[in-house]
Amino acid sequence: MNSRDTMINTNPSNEIPASQSVDEAGAGILAVKVDDLTVAYNYKPVLWDIDLEIPEGVLMAIVGPNGAGKSTLIKAILGILKPIAGSVSIYGKPYHKQRSLVAYVPQKGSVDWDFPTVALDVVMMGTYGSLGWIKRPGVKEKKAALEALEKVGMLPFKNRQISQLSGGQQQRIFLARALVQDASIYFMDEPFQGVDATTEIAIINILKELRKAGKTVVVVHHDLQTVPEYFDWVTFLNVKKIATGPVKDIFNDDNLTKTYGINYKVSVQK
Amino acid sequence: MSNAQFEIQLIASLVAIACAIPGTFLVLRKMAMISDAISHAILPGLVIGFFITQDLNSPLLILLAALTGVVTVILVERIQKTGLVKEDTAIGLVFPALFSIGVIMIAKNANDVHLDVDAVLLGELAFAPFDRLIVAGINIGPKSLWIIGTILTITVGLLIAFFKELKVSTFDAGLSASLGFSPVVIHYGLMTMASITTVGAFDAVGAILVVALMIAPAACAYLLTTDLKKMLGLAIVFGVFAAVSGYWVAHWLDASIAGSITTMLGVVFLIVYLFAPNKGLIAVMYREKQQRIEVSLLTFLLHLKNHNEKEERHVNHLNEHINWQKVKSKTVLDLALKNNMILIDDKIVALTDKGDEFTSKAIDYIITNEDAQIEDMKEDFFLFRG
Ligand SMILES: Nc1ncnc2c1ncn2[C@@H]1O[C@H](COP(=O)(O)OP(=O)(O)OP(=O)(O)O)[C@@H](O)[C@H]1O
Ligand SMILES: [Mg+2]
Repeated sequence: MNSRDTMINTNPSNEIPASQSVDEAGAGILAVKVDDLTVAYNYKPVLWDIDLEIPEGVLMAIVGPNGAGKSTLIKAILGILKPIAGSVSIYGKPYHKQRSLVAYVPQKGSVDWDFPTVALDVVMMGTYGSLGWIKRPGVKEKKAALEALEKVGMLPFKNRQISQLSGGQQQRIFLARALVQDASIYFMDEPFQGVDATTEIAIINILKELRKAGKTVVVVHHDLQTVPEYFDWVTFLNVKKIATGPVKDIFNDDNLTKTYGINYKVSVQK
Repeated sequence: MSNAQFEIQLIASLVAIACAIPGTFLVLRKMAMISDAISHAILPGLVIGFFITQDLNSPLLILLAALTGVVTVILVERIQKTGLVKEDTAIGLVFPALFSIGVIMIAKNANDVHLDVDAVLLGELAFAPFDRLIVAGINIGPKSLWIIGTILTITVGLLIAFFKELKVSTFDAGLSASLGFSPVVIHYGLMTMASITTVGAFDAVGAILVVALMIAPAACAYLLTTDLKKMLGLAIVFGVFAAVSGYWVAHWLDASIAGSITTMLGVVFLIVYLFAPNKGLIAVMYREKQQRIEVSLLTFLLHLKNHNEKEERHVNHLNEHINWQKVKSKTVLDLALKNNMILIDDKIVALTDKGDEFTSKAIDYIITNEDAQIEDMKEDFFLFRG
């Protein structure tokens, strides 16, 4: 009756050999380096003097309260917002030289849902970056898009107008769009927002697969309970950076309290 | 049809196409009002350009006036950025100011400028064929035709070259920026093209018609398709249709051509708005009615599934048991029978296998909202279409 389990690979058996373990990753190359970054909207700073180093091959959560500047941080790293101070480098070079290495899943609601376009088309947009200006997508790009749709279990919906998809389905489309970018670093702004448990597991499995393939994945995440289970690194952010490091070392009540301001108690299984 | 008549329709059609293309993107970017602002605000640019060039058709004048259009957009954005007023207010502040400066300039210099406000608003399409372009002593056609033809060629060229960039930056500016297609560059490119088109079309059809031709065909097309390419195509078809039919309406009624074309655009929009298959008013009302019936059907089937007692399933007792007031139980019974979902045996209703399966599937879908298996059921039931 229910075909969802076969649609989404909830239990990836075709394991990709891990290129490096998490602890090694911490000591390895830096995928992203942010120095003294300050970002403002209308001259009102919302991120103050952020220093952040993201090692290659980690699956990192960015946590912090609403309005902490999590989305702003990602947008500044991606050059969508211009910082008033500081710099960002991706594998040692400025973002605009490394675009093809980075994929981005925006927070829901940042696109025009009534735009006349269907799911397949949205996923194809992920290939535009590698095409560059003027060149149009062809058979190869379409094939990549179909594969990505298959991977997130959305193939049956490929011709659906995007506003006619449920919130979780829309989220999967955007994940597929990031997958076709075939990047080295993935930024995802709350990919679990408004999705059901099945979709959440499906998405986290895809993210874990990406990490196994040696990719770096950075996810804005709100559900503190699942941080230790899903992620190996974590960054606490609230206007300033509170802490960043391996989950097992720094995911504790102390940092949570500093970030969220109230006395936080999360049962962290070590 | 005389040669002049043909030329007028040709000019009007080319203007319609040249307007529909940037218009489609303006509508999608929810910037319809900007085209209104541009079309009025270019007036001072036109007048100044005319003082310099002394020729209403000079390319320099067109560029100068188009520049005023882009300046308008920048001004509107600046004012909006202060956060003190919203975009529509900013537009309302900028364009009347620029337009009135233009009007005063015309009034002050009316003697030697052959421009008047009426012509600016409504254009002089009827006279377009009389202003010919003479090259090396040979008459090669109306000047307006050449101007708009050139602009259209550039527009189509740019559209083909930058279609994917326009699409992605309109749909998702964040992605566009992160892929390296600067939304700012694309935005101003589009604004420049819209300004140039407006100026080029202005002389022939006037400010009001330019706005109508940019917005109305795109708005119609938007109601009819979920494919950007088709939307562009439909917008062009509607624009050309309104241009040609408007011309003939004007001819028969002996009325203003620009006015008639604008009226036709209104008529086309009204028809599409009412009759569009999915988003049209009638379709929406019909769908809501069907959905109400189908919800009742489902309630009814569920009731049958849950109750085996004969009295619960007697035709005459349906009303009391499931408490239907609005929908007549007959409609629902007929619908269920037509779809072979129930059997009525001696006034006792029973679910068929098909009805049983349908009910389970439907309930499953309503709960999870994402079962791909009911895709095929969407054909038959409105309930399952978003
Ligand atoms: N376009 C904008 N203009 C002005 N202020 C903004 C804009 N976008 C965000 N802000 C402000 O910047 C701050 C940080 O916003 P941001 O969206 O980065 O927060 P966030 O951590 O992603 O929050 P959430 O968890 O709600 O998504 C907030 O105070 C917000 O009000
Ligand atoms: Mg956010």
